[in-house]
Amino acid sequence: MYGRTADGGRRTGGRLRRVDPGWWFAAPALAAIALFFFVPVAAALVLSTTDFDIYAIASRSNLRFVGIGNYGRLLDDPMFWLALRNTFYFVVVAGPLSIAASLAAALLVDARLVRFKPLFRTALFLPVVTTLVAVAVVWRYLYHPRFGLLNHALGWLGVAPIDWLGDPRWAMPAIILMAVWKNFGFNMVIFVAGLQSIPVRLYEAASIDGARGWTQFTRITLPMLAPTFLFVGVMTMIGYFQLFAEPYVMTQGGPANSTLSIVLWMYEEGFRWWNLGFSAAIAFVLFAIILVFTLIGMWWRRGGAEETAPAVRA
Amino acid sequence: MKRSPVAARSSLVEDLSSAPSAVAAGHWPRSFFLHALLVVASLLSLAPLLWMVSASLMPSGQATAYPPHFLPQTVTFEQYRSLFTRLDVARYAGNSILLATAVTLISLLFNSMAGYAFAKFRFSGRDTVFRLLLAALVIPGQVTMLPLFLMLKSMGLINSYWGVIIPGLASIFGIFLVRQYALSVPDSILDAARVDGAGEFRVYWSIFLPACTPMLVTLAIFTFMGTWNDFLWPLIVLTDDNLYTLPVAVANLLGEHAQDVELMMAGAVITVLPVVIVFLALQRYYIEGIVSGGVKE
Repeated sequence: MYGRTADGGRRTGGRLRRVDPGWWFAAPALAAIALFFFVPVAAALVLSTTDFDIYAIASRSNLRFVGIGNYGRLLDDPMFWLALRNTFYFVVVAGPLSIAASLAAALLVDARLVRFKPLFRTALFLPVVTTLVAVAVVWRYLYHPRFGLLNHALGWLGVAPIDWLGDPRWAMPAIILMAVWKNFGFNMVIFVAGLQSIPVRLYEAASIDGARGWTQFTRITLPMLAPTFLFVGVMTMIGYFQLFAEPYVMTQGGPANSTLSIVLWMYEEGFRWWNLGFSAAIAFVLFAIILVFTLIGMWWRRGGAEETAPAVRA
Repeated sequence: MKRSPVAARSSLVEDLSSAPSAVAAGHWPRSFFLHALLVVASLLSLAPLLWMVSASLMPSGQATAYPPHFLPQTVTFEQYRSLFTRLDVARYAGNSILLATAVTLISLLFNSMAGYAFAKFRFSGRDTVFRLLLAALVIPGQVTMLPLFLMLKSMGLINSYWGVIIPGLASIFGIFLVRQYALSVPDSILDAARVDGAGEFRVYWSIFLPACTPMLVTLAIFTFMGTWNDFLWPLIVLTDDNLYTLPVAVANLLGEHAQDVELMMAGAVITVLPVVIVFLALQRYYIEGIVSGGVKE
């Protein structure tokens, strides 16, 4: 094991104390992260307690400290509750749908009888690597009420044309559908790894006991995947709370603000209207929400580990 | 042969999946059903991308005909031609390539050095700093954007390539990935080089980095694709359209050319194609990266 430098890190005779080589290697990255991540996070907290706006950009003398005023204003703003509601709608519906699609795809791709697995896996995974902005543009046209292929396909099933992105009731479901399509492949890969780590002997023992497909799925597969579910759930949720590019490109938050998300609202307040103080407060509320859900996930893992243990022994 | 933890895991995976293949005989109706489902799912997954390519090859107006066609009646490259001649797409593609490459190379150097330090050196404060970094992973990037914008503005870096590169110089996640992998690199090969008189940087550069090649490839792909696909920050920091990256340019193009479906689709193809090619060429590393690290997008 290589520890400190051979001379113990200190030299006598008035020479400078020698810095550990570890610090030298870590320094460039740590300096960059400190300066361009930690300092901005702290600055954002300060910014959120000021009325920093377009006049303050021109001259800092127009800047005033407002304490928690921005947060109070936020809670009184109906747009905040709307953006919050829309974001939760997206997370609560698109999250479970994505995870269900991922698990279904993983079970299919990983089934014993399936051949050409890499081919299917690649086809199902491909949307994940595509550029979100570009595919959001593609979906904008797929959703066109008259020329879009989606309504055309639904027409074969006898469904009347839907104005996907123009109807406040359908705009969020349209964004959810696109997000599920774009993202399910990512968790599919993680589920496949989870499925493959389940010992085959569990299924063999269950077969001997007469347990068939569905029973095996609910009694072995699902409990054994519990840690994967938790990981996938927390990561998906964190990503989905940051919904931005889909509504920005497809609906600009409309119609009637039905797809205005928290990050989109933050962007508009901050970089369109230059209410940077207020916008920073929005960013911190987003942070607080993500933090709370992450902590719930971690707390759940700690408690959940004991609950899943008996299933492993079964 | 030295086996990385990633390689060991994937060979374990192969052993498991190939074990019960004897069951396959006599299950053809079930097998047929599974394959049919997979073919349908794959087609649904690829359909939007196939239509994007198809519509990009249509002459103007054909994608907005009723009833809609999935395939072009006549194939033309006029959309691509006007993107390159009239709308300067080569410049945006050049910006994207330059920025994604620069961020990948710089962050690979910084992250690998820091990951090496956290895994292979004991220095005062190491564990505290590392825990602090891990805890900071929960902070969403959007929180930093407003002050970062003001900082870069005061440094005169708004509307410059550096404005895009600076937040990507190093990443906590990259450091974490390198550190985890580096723990499996034996100290003995590093010490052997030191005994032979190699300096500390030489040990890192000539011994440590080559030992981490598979993980560095994974990290490079993730960084390159992540930077290429990034939208919000370049949108904020680049105001001069000479500097736009492809995603920003496509979103901007939509403002003026929303009616030109075929043109927009050609723009989308040009934006998506490079990352799709990188993925198809190196997908083994990409998938292993997700599985081993639980990598965020």
